[in-house]
Amino acid sequence: MSTRGAPALTRGVSRIANTAVKRISGLRGSVVWAGLRRRFKGLGRTSVIGIPYIWLLAFFLIPFVIVLKISLAETQIAQPPYTSLWYWVEHKYLNIRMNLGNYQYLIQDSLYWSAYLNSVKIAAVSTLFCLLVGYPIAYGIARARPDRRILLLMLVILPFWTSFLIRVYAWIGILKTNGLINNLLMALGIIDTPLVMMQTDFAVYLGIVYSYLPFMILPLYANLEKLDLTLLEAAADLGCRPAKAFFRVTLPLSLPGILAGSMLVFIPAVGEFVIPALLGGPDTLMIGRVLWDEFFSNRDWPVASAVAIALLLLLVIPIVLFQYNQARAAEANS
Amino acid sequence: MNRRRLFVPVAMSLGFVFLYAPIVSLIIFSFNKSKLVTVWAGFSTQWYGELLRNDQILQAAWISLRIATLNATAAVVLGTIAGFVIARFRRFRGRTLFTGMVMAPLVMPEVITGLSLLLLFVAMEAAFGWPAGRGFMTITIAHITFSMAYVAVIVQSRLTDMDESIEEAALDLGARPAKIFFQITLPIIAPALVAGWLLAFTLSLDDLVIASFVSGPGSSTLPMVIFSKVRLGVSPEINALATILVAVVAIGTIIAGLLLARQHRNRERDMQMAKADIAA
Repeated sequence: MSTRGAPALTRGVSRIANTAVKRISGLRGSVVWAGLRRRFKGLGRTSVIGIPYIWLLAFFLIPFVIVLKISLAETQIAQPPYTSLWYWVEHKYLNIRMNLGNYQYLIQDSLYWSAYLNSVKIAAVSTLFCLLVGYPIAYGIARARPDRRILLLMLVILPFWTSFLIRVYAWIGILKTNGLINNLLMALGIIDTPLVMMQTDFAVYLGIVYSYLPFMILPLYANLEKLDLTLLEAAADLGCRPAKAFFRVTLPLSLPGILAGSMLVFIPAVGEFVIPALLGGPDTLMIGRVLWDEFFSNRDWPVASAVAIALLLLLVIPIVLFQYNQARAAEANS
Repeated sequence: MNRRRLFVPVAMSLGFVFLYAPIVSLIIFSFNKSKLVTVWAGFSTQWYGELLRNDQILQAAWISLRIATLNATAAVVLGTIAGFVIARFRRFRGRTLFTGMVMAPLVMPEVITGLSLLLLFVAMEAAFGWPAGRGFMTITIAHITFSMAYVAVIVQSRLTDMDESIEEAALDLGARPAKIFFQITLPIIAPALVAGWLLAFTLSLDDLVIASFVSGPGSSTLPMVIFSKVRLGVSPEINALATILVAVVAIGTIIAGLLLARQHRNRERDMQMAKADIAA
C-alpha cells in the first residue's frame, strides 16, 4: 500500500506548503540565515542539495520518462520485450518511430474504460464512507480530555504499523462463506444459508474503508483540534441549537481537513491492487489490477506503461487540488 | 439532548471496534487447533511450530529484514538531507522540482512506482550492465526511493518546529555550518530520525507491489510469500505470523510511548527549574 503516514506527515506536508507561501509573500527573511546561506554557497551547499537531488532524478523522475517512452513502443518477443523508439540508418540518420497504438488500444477496448470508471467510483464511494466513519472518531478525539488524546491517537495509528497485507487478509476469515460473520449469524438462527460476501464489490469497499481509515482521521483530527471553541459558544449565545451550530460552524470550518483526508484516501485507492486482488471477485475491475495483469500475466510492457501514464493523467488533477488545499490551509494558519 | 451527547462516544467506540476486531480475530484463531481458520477446535500453539519449520517463510523473512534494515538506514541519511534542504535552503535553482519529487512518492500509486522502477532497472542493465539482474539490490533501491520521502517530511516538520535561534547563536559565535549541523541540529532532531527509521523499516517490510515488480528469481520478500499463500486461501500459519508481528509492533509502540512521556516530563521539569532560576 502506498502510504502510511503519521500526524507528523500531514503536518509536514502543510509545513512545506507553508514555507512556499511565506517565501512568495516575503514574510520571512532572517538576516542571520541570509549570512548562513552565503556561507553555505559553494561546494558544501551544492553537494548537500546535490545528493538527494541526483537520487530523486535518477530513481523517481527518469523512470517516468522511460515509462512514457516504452508506452510509445511496440511489443516484441525478445529481451526486453519492446521495440526501440530510435535506431540509426547507415550510421548517419536517426530514425525515430513512435507508436500511439497502445493508447488507441486503451481507448477502443471497453475493458480499460470500465476499469478506470470503476476504480474512480470505488475510490470515491470508499472515500465517502471513510469520511462518515472517520469524522465522528476525529471529532471525539479532538474533544476528549487532552491527556487522553495521545492514547486515542495512538490507538488509531497502531493498526497502521502492522502489516497492511495481513490486515486485508484478516477480512477473508471474517467474510468468507464459512467465516466468522456467517457462522455467527447461522448460530443465532438469523440466516439459514451463508451470505456471499467474499469476492464481491462490497468486500472491496469494506477493505478500502478499513485500510485507509487512519488517513482520513489524522488530517481531520489536526483540523478539528484547532477549532476555536468560542465560535460555538457565540453561536449558542445567539440561540443556535447544537446540531445547527455543527452544520453552520464546525463543518464548514473543517472543510480543509475533509479535503486533505479525502485526497489521502482517494488518490492511492484509485490505483489500489492488493485489496481488489484479495477481496474482490474476478469481475471487480480496478485499474491497478488491470496494470498488474497486463504486466505479469500478459507480459505486455508497452500496454502496461500506457495504462500507467493514463492513470497518472487521471490523478494529476486530484494531486494538484490536494497541494492547493494544503497551501491554502497553511496560509490560513500563518 | 441525551441522544446527542451519546452519538459521538458511541460512534467512536464502534469505530475502534471496527479497527481492532479483525486484528483480534486473527490473534485468537492463530491459537486454534483446527486447520479451518474460523472454526474453533480448542487451544493449540502448533501453528507457531509449523511457522518456525517453514523454510520458505523464514528465508523470505530474513531477506525482508535485511532489506528493511539497509533501506531504513539509507532512507534516514538521504531523507534527512532532503528534509534539511527543504527546511533550510529556501532559495536554490530547481527547488520547486525538488520539493515536488520529495512529496510525490507519498501519494503515487504503487503500481506506477513499481513499473517505472522496473523499466529503469531494465534500461540501466541494457545501457551499462548494472544492476546485473534484479533482486536484493533493486528492491532496496526502490524502497529507499519511496521511504526517504516519508523521512524527509518528518525531518522537515521537526526542523520547522525547532527553535532556529540556537543555530543562529552558534553561527554568531563562529561555528561552521557543518559543525552546527552535527553538534546542534542533529541531536535536537534525533527523535524525528528514530521515528523516520522505524517508519522506513515498516514500510519496507510491508511492501508487496513495488517489490513484486523489481524482484528477481530467488529474492522473494516476506509479503510476496504471504501474498502467494493468502491467494490460495486462509492459512493458520499466516495467523501465527500476524500475531507475532502485532505483538512486536504493540510492544514497540508502548515502549516508544513510555519513552516519549518520560522525555516530555523531563523537559517540563527542566523548563520549570529554568524558570525558577530566572525568577531567583
